[in-house]
Amino acid sequence: MAIKTLFVDPARCIGCRACEAACRECDSHKGESMVMVDFVNRGISVATQPTVCMHCQDPVAPCAQVCPVMAILITPEGVVQQADPSRCIGCRNCVYACPFGVPKFDVQARLMKKCNLCYDRTSQDLKPWCAQACPTQALWYGDYEEFMNQREGHPVNVTSFGEQNVRTRVYHVLPEETPQLDIAALLSEARAQTGQTGKVREEAWVL
Amino acid sequence: MTINKDFFSPGRDFNYDFQSAGRPATGWSSADRVPELLVPTHCCFCGVQCGMYLKVADGKVIGVEARDFPHNRGSLCPKGVVAYQQVEHPDRLRTPLIRRGGKGSQLEPASWNEALDYIVSRWKQIQGEHGRDAVAIYSGSSMTNEKCYIMGKFARVGLRTRNIDYNGRLCMSSSAVAYARAFGVDRAPLPMTDIPLTQCMLAVGVNIAECFPIVMQWIWRARDKGACLIVIDPRETPLARTADLWLPVRPGTDEAVINALLRQVIVDGLVDEAYLRERTTGWDKVREAVEPFTPEVAERLSGVPAERIVAAARLYGGAAISLIMHGKGIEHSSHGVDTCLACVNLALARGQVGKPGGGTMMITGQGNGQGGREVGQKANQLPGYRHIDVPEDREYIAKVWGVPADELPWEGAAAPEMIHLMADGEIRSCLIACSNLMVSLPENQVVKRALQRLDPLIVVDFFLSETAELADVVLPGTVWCEDEGTTTNLEGRVIKINRAADPPGEARPDWEIICELAKRLGRGEFFAYQSVLDIWNEYRLASKGGVSDYYGITWEKIDEQGGVFWPCPSEDHPGTPRLFTERFGHPDGRARMFPIPYRPPAEEPGDGYPFRLTTGRVVYHYLTGNQTRRLGFLNSQAPEPWVEIHPQAAARLGIVTDEIVRVRTPRNSMELKALVVPTIRPDTLFIPYHYGHEHAVNQLTNPAVEPNVKIPEYKACAATVEKLAAPVQPAGLNGVVTNFTPENAPKMFPYTVGETKAPSEKDAKAF
Repeated sequence: MAIKTLFVDPARCIGCRACEAACRECDSHKGESMVMVDFVNRGISVATQPTVCMHCQDPVAPCAQVCPVMAILITPEGVVQQADPSRCIGCRNCVYACPFGVPKFDVQARLMKKCNLCYDRTSQDLKPWCAQACPTQALWYGDYEEFMNQREGHPVNVTSFGEQNVRTRVYHVLPEETPQLDIAALLSEARAQTGQTGKVREEAWVL
Repeated sequence: MTINKDFFSPGRDFNYDFQSAGRPATGWSSADRVPELLVPTHCCFCGVQCGMYLKVADGKVIGVEARDFPHNRGSLCPKGVVAYQQVEHPDRLRTPLIRRGGKGSQLEPASWNEALDYIVSRWKQIQGEHGRDAVAIYSGSSMTNEKCYIMGKFARVGLRTRNIDYNGRLCMSSSAVAYARAFGVDRAPLPMTDIPLTQCMLAVGVNIAECFPIVMQWIWRARDKGACLIVIDPRETPLARTADLWLPVRPGTDEAVINALLRQVIVDGLVDEAYLRERTTGWDKVREAVEPFTPEVAERLSGVPAERIVAAARLYGGAAISLIMHGKGIEHSSHGVDTCLACVNLALARGQVGKPGGGTMMITGQGNGQGGREVGQKANQLPGYRHIDVPEDREYIAKVWGVPADELPWEGAAAPEMIHLMADGEIRSCLIACSNLMVSLPENQVVKRALQRLDPLIVVDFFLSETAELADVVLPGTVWCEDEGTTTNLEGRVIKINRAADPPGEARPDWEIICELAKRLGRGEFFAYQSVLDIWNEYRLASKGGVSDYYGITWEKIDEQGGVFWPCPSEDHPGTPRLFTERFGHPDGRARMFPIPYRPPAEEPGDGYPFRLTTGRVVYHYLTGNQTRRLGFLNSQAPEPWVEIHPQAAARLGIVTDEIVRVRTPRNSMELKALVVPTIRPDTLFIPYHYGHEHAVNQLTNPAVEPNVKIPEYKACAATVEKLAAPVQPAGLNGVVTNFTPENAPKMFPYTVGETKAPSEKDAKAF
């Protein structure tokens, strides 16, 4: 059976935080969102980026590897669970080890918390809450073949940090490599027609 | 566009702070409860009306679960996810409230008998002394068709007043009239599931990503199939961010751009002449009228670079199937109808209207914005899109209602006109349901004075809104899931809302309150409903044969089909998802095209007011925020308004992000935080409108209205922004360019009301 996982496509994220609101509705961590939406740089653009646990496969779960008390367990399907409250000693090794900045440390509970791919829902064949709610399918749940059939974009699950590659269960979606529409050519053609030659006449603020 | 939360409390790291995201008012105590029941229903917020299940345990709503409905496919926006938290909210009104000591005293709890008897005795007194029209109803469109229908019937049959109108006036009345004029039917002509069939989308003045997040998935599906996207908007919205072309237009000047697009389509020879010949009238005049709109002229008027207009026209004109989506950005304008008609002209010239995936699509904002404007709560309208001035329509409805036709009142004042009638003392009491005028109407200091003159002002609501704070009697109503009924979403799809819980305390469904008032007015025989289903069946009959024919829509059919699109004239009729595939709604079956001249907004920048102020929504709030500002998660994301300003303008004025600044218009000023971002035109300011009291942007907005439909010009007025330390300027116009004044364009300023209707206005309202 094909492996179902999350596909994260920041190009489609509209920053509405429906994923955060929905994550908080989960019965296993009511009121606490394990997904984060950030503006990349609001001073430049309205672009936003959702962050979920990538569920690292190779090397397997750096957060679990550095845990001194083996509190972070991994299911046979490769889903990295959040720290077992009966084991977690609140050392925050996992917070520092994660290459994606995912685990959250709840100071009051002295406990690491993070996304477990909605294990309670996905094990019942429901979608994780974030992907279920996401109005734009910037967070999308399903298998790779299904994604390739339905969607534009180029899913990758290997992220390079310097010389260290990390292969993850969750995919990021990159834009298609060939632009379908050459807007620059269209504009320069239009510019020729409106009697402007050479330099771009648009004001600098027009992005 | 929204912002990171550290804008509101700098220095706090929200990503690692579980306590920051707001709690439901009741806490999360029900977290470990297992739902006994999943009640299928729909979201109470915007016009998309997403399907959802409510989780119910012990008769209480404890959560939400996804529901795979045809148009939202299980998705929900953040408002939809937390909508259920209104049900058990401690701010809910549980008993009627009344000011026993008159104006200035406190609102005190009262019994239903005391409150209703007081209202009815005052109404009888006022109507006896000042005539029946001295009592008015101001209704809303965020409630079910059945409730909206009852409001219209209660005004005409219960109170027998001509003065009833509703907040849909402020919402999408421009496109409603534009479509009625052009097509003969006011409805989006295609379902949103058709969007992926299109090859080019042109979004005009509609921030779909924030106001209708669920529609985005259909736009992305079209993008996945290679459709291009053009956005006309003064701000780089999240939709514009990913568009192929962004046309950054000056607020209020869209007409020039749309006309220039049409002219360029003609120049490039992309007009569908056969379609125009066979299916439209009026093309020659339109062709003539757009001739002066060269790309250069349009650039001068609108600020959009000419080459972008040409490029956009080629993209749009070159697509075999193209769809124009438009919204409040062009509707909230003193020439909103014209701008919508310009969009329609463009789509007709390309022969698009009636094609699957092609044409124009108005994106209606309010929850039941579509249904609410068909059921007869509009000043000039009877159920089923019937017109109150047409004798046959009056006869038919009078027969359904069992009253003599000559007893039915005639057309009354539109919503913004009512304010002036209240201020003048012509309207002496008003019942407001499902509306929050103190946040929603322009120049709200005038609104406040008008409302304070009413005795009594009665408000039906489930939270104490800014308007209810001024009321003499407040009646507790129900939230959407404490009652059943139908709504009609922005596609014209009629859907069913189901009851999931009982109202708290003594709160009662709005329709029961109205029926009770009718009984006490001695008109109970016309309101003898035992259930919502009785009202629905009467409305089906009342709409039978009308433009919006609901007769064949039964609740069972809605359940079986996943909603039913009107018109649906008989019980064996499946409904009509796509309109105009073969003919338009006019008697000759043709669409009408109207030449559209350029008209500027009523007020434009001048020396003392160099900016254009525009207003709009953020994704976390709905309309006046009376509901969403009370929901922890939503309020924590955007607890107060801010003003967006371009870095170039900010640098000139020495303004930085997070600084509190003063925004001033010829009417008033307000202080709020500045957000310096390049995603807005340098000559434009933006403030979200969901907030009340000193945070209400409607202290500043211009009360000019569209002359025919009276929709206020929320989207463009002259303004300035200054540092707090700046010297206080004297009041007055101070160089502002006033294109229209009460003297030279009286119909734009609703001071004279109702009585004299010029023929052009009659035409506009004939549908």
